[in-house]
Amino acid sequence: MKRTDVRPGSAPPLPPVEPIRLVDPDGRRVSDPAYTAPDHGTLLALLRAMIIGRRFDRQASALTRQGRLAVYPSSYGQEACQVGGVLALADNDWLFPTYRDSVSLVTRGVDPIEVLTLLRGDWHSGYDPERHRCAPQCTPLATNASHAVGLTYAARRKGEDTAALVLMGDGATSEGDAHEAYNFAAVWNTPVVFLIQNNHWAISVPVHKQSVAPTLAHKAIGYGMRGHHVDGNDAAAVHAVVSHALAEARAGSGPAIIEARTYRMGPHTNSDAPQRYRDDSEVEYWKERDPLARLERLLRDEGRIDDSELERIRAQADRLAATMRERLSAAGRLAPEELFSHVYASTPALLARQRQELLDELEA
Amino acid sequence: MAEFSMGQALNRALRDALAADPSVVVYGEDVGPLGGVFRVTDGLTAEFGEDRVFDSPLAESGIVGTAVGMAMYGRRPVVEMQFDAFGYPAFEQVVSHVAKMRNRTRGRVGLPLVIRIPYGGGIGAVEHHGDSSEMYYAHTPGLHVVTPATPADAYSLLREAIEDPDPVVFLEPKRRYWTKAEVDLPVRTEPMDRAVVRRTGTDVTLIAYGPMVDTVLEAAEAAREEGCAAEVVDLRSLSPFDDQTVTASVRRTGRAVVVHEAATFGGYGAEVAARVTEQCFHYLEAPVLRVGGFDIPYPPPELEEYHLPSVDRILGAIDRLQWESEWTAESPAVPGRRSEVGV
Repeated sequence: MKRTDVRPGSAPPLPPVEPIRLVDPDGRRVSDPAYTAPDHGTLLALLRAMIIGRRFDRQASALTRQGRLAVYPSSYGQEACQVGGVLALADNDWLFPTYRDSVSLVTRGVDPIEVLTLLRGDWHSGYDPERHRCAPQCTPLATNASHAVGLTYAARRKGEDTAALVLMGDGATSEGDAHEAYNFAAVWNTPVVFLIQNNHWAISVPVHKQSVAPTLAHKAIGYGMRGHHVDGNDAAAVHAVVSHALAEARAGSGPAIIEARTYRMGPHTNSDAPQRYRDDSEVEYWKERDPLARLERLLRDEGRIDDSELERIRAQADRLAATMRERLSAAGRLAPEELFSHVYASTPALLARQRQELLDELEA
Repeated sequence: MAEFSMGQALNRALRDALAADPSVVVYGEDVGPLGGVFRVTDGLTAEFGEDRVFDSPLAESGIVGTAVGMAMYGRRPVVEMQFDAFGYPAFEQVVSHVAKMRNRTRGRVGLPLVIRIPYGGGIGAVEHHGDSSEMYYAHTPGLHVVTPATPADAYSLLREAIEDPDPVVFLEPKRRYWTKAEVDLPVRTEPMDRAVVRRTGTDVTLIAYGPMVDTVLEAAEAAREEGCAAEVVDLRSLSPFDDQTVTASVRRTGRAVVVHEAATFGGYGAEVAARVTEQCFHYLEAPVLRVGGFDIPYPPPELEEYHLPSVDRILGAIDRLQWESEWTAESPAVPGRRSEVGV
């Protein structure tokens, strides 16, 4: 008789409660038994992308205050996750971001104006997902996680080694769709890495009201999956851990859940009021653990970057910000008739009539 | 010509689609070696292998969500929700992603996928196995919603749904799975977005879809015995709605009754009645009537016969259509009908 009650695989180890860290908040290297820090070239790329990402984020927040963006969910403070995760991806991998992950898209090479299409309100997703291998930014939490599972499943059936990185927040781990995606990924052994950016706040609800698991990475154990717990403000560690998990997933060793401990320094969005639910001292605590400062310090101490190079990167970031301001002002007129263009591959009679009604109304 | 049940025709459609297009995959709960609880996927895993036809974890949202990802990457997934009410966990995926992906991405990413859902009552099943969930999907822009009433249409519509560049919610009337007809397979019937006239008549148009088409045809036959020539329109496609075929019929007959199993309030019949009234007002001899399920949760099996639209209830609606035309006045087969007008 074929036994059906025996499942393959051994139990993966429990993730450490203390997060993996390769660079401490003061910019000193920390040794880790399992991981080594990326080389200097990668560390410089991480710092550069974080400086540019933070400038993008600051500019987008300013544009929102000026009323030129409808809304902007800032990832200020989470740059190590935004950048460390994306720079670990290969060109043929896919990224599945949420609304808070605009910086990850800019890091991936998506035109910043196309990233802001959603938030300016011109359309929903402004970039070409296939060109950049980035799914549209997802607002209903955790619902894009299973898309990554299906996509990588399809890629494997084509004989490709495409992996996917799913970005999600601590709040999203409470959603049923997170559970279903984790389980599908594990059962189908698809190369997906779920990077949970635990920024401690789901709008106003603290993470301890989402879960009492020792870490969010512990959830992996129940799916027979590996879980990793990393300092989410240490770009070197995020990059190393995500790279390792992606490589293992690609090699067929299964998907992984990574909890990156970070902090949302700003409000949920521009319309949020964090003083109603959290203490300034907590923000101050995390300011001391800034992801940019520590990597800059390390690279300075090791003689890999100096003031002039930093100036050069900051000037580049400022040029990006200026371009954002200019190009948003120059944006063209929206075409209301486009409302009917992308509902189906070909426009059904009902929509053709409604489009004509709208055009007649506009002409009247 | 051979005889096929609707379930067999669907099975054959899946088999032919799998053979015709290597990007088609079929998965869901129990669709593998078991062949599905209604055996619609019978034999497909054996023929096409576990890579193409397989059992997934028991999680409808995950099934539809993974299908979204597969369709984004060149597959044509055909997934099954085991029963109407078991499709609800996937509702968010259907509404927020399946229906909207093409629109969200400004036309760049379409999702050629099919969600098969056995729906409706009449098989004596316990709760959560008899819902008519069509309106939830029909109300969602971005989806095609189709439902066959015959084995030939079951085959043809499913093939067309799988070939379509957009997502299709494919509703299978489970009480008609075993209904047989002579049909030459493979067959291609009318295009997916068209309604068809199943029976011609001059006095009233009976509009139905899926499980109610046979019931309405029976009612039309009974009405004929009473001297009323009823025309029967099988909608086939709930979204888009074929205004042309329906209004042409109602303009000929001047009267219309729309019939479905789902609760009447806010049901598909309300949309049909509104559209017919808007487009045929000057041709109408009577208000458009609806015969639907009561506005109650789907009843337990021992009581479902009281809930489901019956031939008698459809005939009763025909009776209430303010008959003034010659056949009612002169036909001895319908005594007293005129006196009921206005009652």
